[in-house]
Amino acid sequence: MIELKHVSFAYEKDAPVLQDISFRVEDGETVGLIGANGAGKSTVMKLLLGLLSGEGDILVDGTRVEKATLGEIRKKLGFVLQNSDNQMFMPTVYEDMIFGPLNYMLSREEAEARADAALEQLGVSELKHRHNHKLSGGEKRMAAIATILAMEPAAILMDEPTAALDPCNRRVVINTINSLPQTKLITSHDLDMILDTCERVILLSGGKVVADGPAQEILRDQALLEANRMELPFCIAGERRG
Amino acid sequence: MNKMEKALHELSEMDDLAAQDSPIHALHPLAKLLATVAYIVTVVSFDKYDLSGLIIFLLFPILLFQLSGIPVRTCFYKLRIVLPLVMAVGLFNPFFDRAPLLTIGNVAVSGGVVSMFTLMLKGILCLMAAFLLMATTGIDKLCAALRMLHLPSMLVTLLLLTYRYVGVMTEELAVMTDAYHLRAPGQKGIHISAWGSFLGQLLLRSMDRAEELYSSMQLRGYHGHFHYVAIAKARLRDVLYVVGCTAVFILLRMVPVAQLLGNQVVR
Repeated sequence: MIELKHVSFAYEKDAPVLQDISFRVEDGETVGLIGANGAGKSTVMKLLLGLLSGEGDILVDGTRVEKATLGEIRKKLGFVLQNSDNQMFMPTVYEDMIFGPLNYMLSREEAEARADAALEQLGVSELKHRHNHKLSGGEKRMAAIATILAMEPAAILMDEPTAALDPCNRRVVINTINSLPQTKLITSHDLDMILDTCERVILLSGGKVVADGPAQEILRDQALLEANRMELPFCIAGERRG
Repeated sequence: MNKMEKALHELSEMDDLAAQDSPIHALHPLAKLLATVAYIVTVVSFDKYDLSGLIIFLLFPILLFQLSGIPVRTCFYKLRIVLPLVMAVGLFNPFFDRAPLLTIGNVAVSGGVVSMFTLMLKGILCLMAAFLLMATTGIDKLCAALRMLHLPSMLVTLLLLTYRYVGVMTEELAVMTDAYHLRAPGQKGIHISAWGSFLGQLLLRSMDRAEELYSSMQLRGYHGHFHYVAIAKARLRDVLYVVGCTAVFILLRMVPVAQLLGNQVVR
């Protein structure tokens, strides 16, 4: 589904952010992309979406990410931004939800049907006519996910989906992520959430993939995590403390 | 509640007003927009000494306040910052135009005083009409109506996004102001020496946000064509509202109703 082959990228010539990274995300997989600040997680996301272009090949469903295919790629990949305010730019949730489908030439009726279905799927139909600037943090996050679902993407990329949420809203978002059947690539520092949602984890450090494997294995490897400026998830650290 | 939070609260109140249900709210946004433009153009077209001719135009906003159920005090409360500016426009007229224009009893009133009141009244009437348009329509429908008039998409989109992000930027400003005051106890306002960096920071944050926002739009297929809210087709009552209002405004502009009424009273 998603494949990166020998991808490198640098914002400045002598300071590469990503160095020859390769990995593959299969259909229906949920993969956590973790790493310390500056490890290159967001850059990977931007490269996948064609917001940046680097060296190497990036393939989505066999289609190479390049200028000519951006429309097709972005139709397949939905991106949930960390800051929902930057994602929800229309006055109301509903208008935001139909924005994408209308841009992809769906009729207003079809777009509205998709929006209704997405709201229902997430159980947040009451947000439909609410104004974006009046939503709470948790509601904004759910509305942002609904906005992406309305585009019916084959895969969803999420940037820190539980950042700045209270425990209750965080749990709601985690349950929502687990209920989505799409392929998911999630970047986060919330390793407990990654453990709850992802079966596989890719650990980035210094612009390279330093580990790629089952979440339960990588997130329990204290030495590996600490060597890459990370810590054990709280639930595992708690277990070990007894 | 600090100043910024109050501002945010007031902004969201405008959306609540627009979400109400009344015969005026139910009118087509384009009909309301055209009637308001016609009203403003008519009001502005009055001569600077024609104070009596303008007074009758107070009826339009009063009628709309009644029909829409929007309290007049809400209008004046929300316009409290702009109103003094509008009032100040004609403040110097009495000093420049001292020739007596009329006498009330034994008191001669100069042209400057009359023109000052005329300008003030014009400003108040126009602001009330604009407020009523916003309070009974909402920004999304208003933008859709503007696009129907073929206003450039870029301008309308800017208006829509500005309205959407005023709240977000206000929140950001509130956080910055709080952070400043926590490290500058006892200071009133923000010291002039910090204004530059304060505004600079806000500008940089706005630019970052704008960049991310644009990316978000691109990722959802945006190619320069913005989709505004769908509005139902205009009905007969909408057409009648525009035609009726415009006709009445023109009639009141041509016929000096206040003067005729005054003459009747004097006779």
